[in-house]
Amino acid sequence: MTLADQFRPGTFVDALHFIGDNPGLLLAKTGEHLELSGAALAIALLLALPLGLWLGHLHRGLFLAASVSNVGRALPSLVLIAVGLTILGIGFWNNTAALVVLAVPPVLTNAYFAIDGVDRDAVEAARGMGLTERQVLTQVELPLGLPLVLAGVRIAAIFVIATATIAAIAGGGGLGEIIVNQASYGLGGVVAASLCVSALAFLAALLLALVRRAASPSRASVS
Amino acid sequence: MTSLVASGPVIPNFGQGSPCELRNGWFCTEWVDAHWGDTLQPALIQHLELAAIAIGIGFVLAFVLALIGYKKRAFDPPIGLAADFFYTIPSLALFQLLVPFTGLTRTTVEIALISYTLLILYRNMLEGLRAVPADALEAARGSGFTDRQTLWRVEVPLALPAIFAGLRIATVSTISIATVAAFVIPQGLGRPIFIALEQDVFKTEILTAGGLAVALALVADGFLVLLQRVLTPWSRLERQA
Repeated sequence: MTLADQFRPGTFVDALHFIGDNPGLLLAKTGEHLELSGAALAIALLLALPLGLWLGHLHRGLFLAASVSNVGRALPSLVLIAVGLTILGIGFWNNTAALVVLAVPPVLTNAYFAIDGVDRDAVEAARGMGLTERQVLTQVELPLGLPLVLAGVRIAAIFVIATATIAAIAGGGGLGEIIVNQASYGLGGVVAASLCVSALAFLAALLLALVRRAASPSRASVS
Repeated sequence: MTSLVASGPVIPNFGQGSPCELRNGWFCTEWVDAHWGDTLQPALIQHLELAAIAIGIGFVLAFVLALIGYKKRAFDPPIGLAADFFYTIPSLALFQLLVPFTGLTRTTVEIALISYTLLILYRNMLEGLRAVPADALEAARGSGFTDRQTLWRVEVPLALPAIFAGLRIATVSTISIATVAAFVIPQGLGRPIFIALEQDVFKTEILTAGGLAVALALVADGFLVLLQRVLTPWSRLERQA
């Protein structure tokens, strides 16, 4: 079989028809997808951001930050969800827990290196002006390290949205439910749902890029 | 809510299950012994092949692109943007989006895996090449090196640490993402995991195949660390000095 025989661009027409015929279904699944990804990302941020920022402020825990990111990358999301399934059973929390485990490493590592790498002179100057440690972190280090912190959040967000698709095999709902169920929805439906996931991930990346631009120190210093 | 997980009791792997297999506890050594040869080992080898091909082609492709982006700066933004875009598409979705073009084949899987290695490798290679000190380039020119000699004897060797950093990240994440390939083709370590999920969540198979995937990634990472030490002996000398 040659490549030309397999080329079936008509599938994309089917996908467009699917989107036109089932806007309600796709919207509902996209909503589920966002709910699952949002919950996981929020929990991961609550856990990893304060820890990463504080460790970076103290310039301690390099080993922790580096190894968390290494091990995190080596853990396949499919394996995490499958193992989560054996421990927590089918449902929302199994998937949320697996997604949190995926999202923590990039957030923690980037937060740590962002703050750790802030110009020491600036930090010393702030201390000299009588800022407390907390003020040094929130008013000097965080604004300066923000681009790198947000880059970590962006990676985590893309990760989580992508992996929430795989969560469907563990009854997580969301757009993955259509993607892993070609028997019911046909290849057109699968491709349509894939397009929706890609769009979602891209929008999340775009949103964070805008946040980053709005919060960039160069503009803050002008105002 | 539909899911692929079977609801009734299903005996794992068809044949006569051993008692511990039927109990489906955390780990059944008998099952691993019995199915290492027909399930786990082939899956491990396929997984290694899937990842190795993707990393090999991705490396060459990214290197060529990085050289273009390095020599002609105007090409860098579009190449970087394209790599960025591919990286944003979720793996499972990208596999499915490629199916209409390349079918349920290994090609589909490889294209997706290669596209994920590109961004990491390209960015690191370019950063590495750009960080080569101007002094080194001047010295090379002063010694009468041609452009080609400067590239291969000065710029590339000095960029090796950055290239290796990218290669390590790309290798570990490709091995990890390759488990998802089992959605498209019945190959790699994702395959036994899917089978186990369909067969009443057979824990031993999930844990063993998952553990093998993680172990493979860590071993590959360790191998690259050693390779880097061999290829950049001067970085060790600097540390001792």
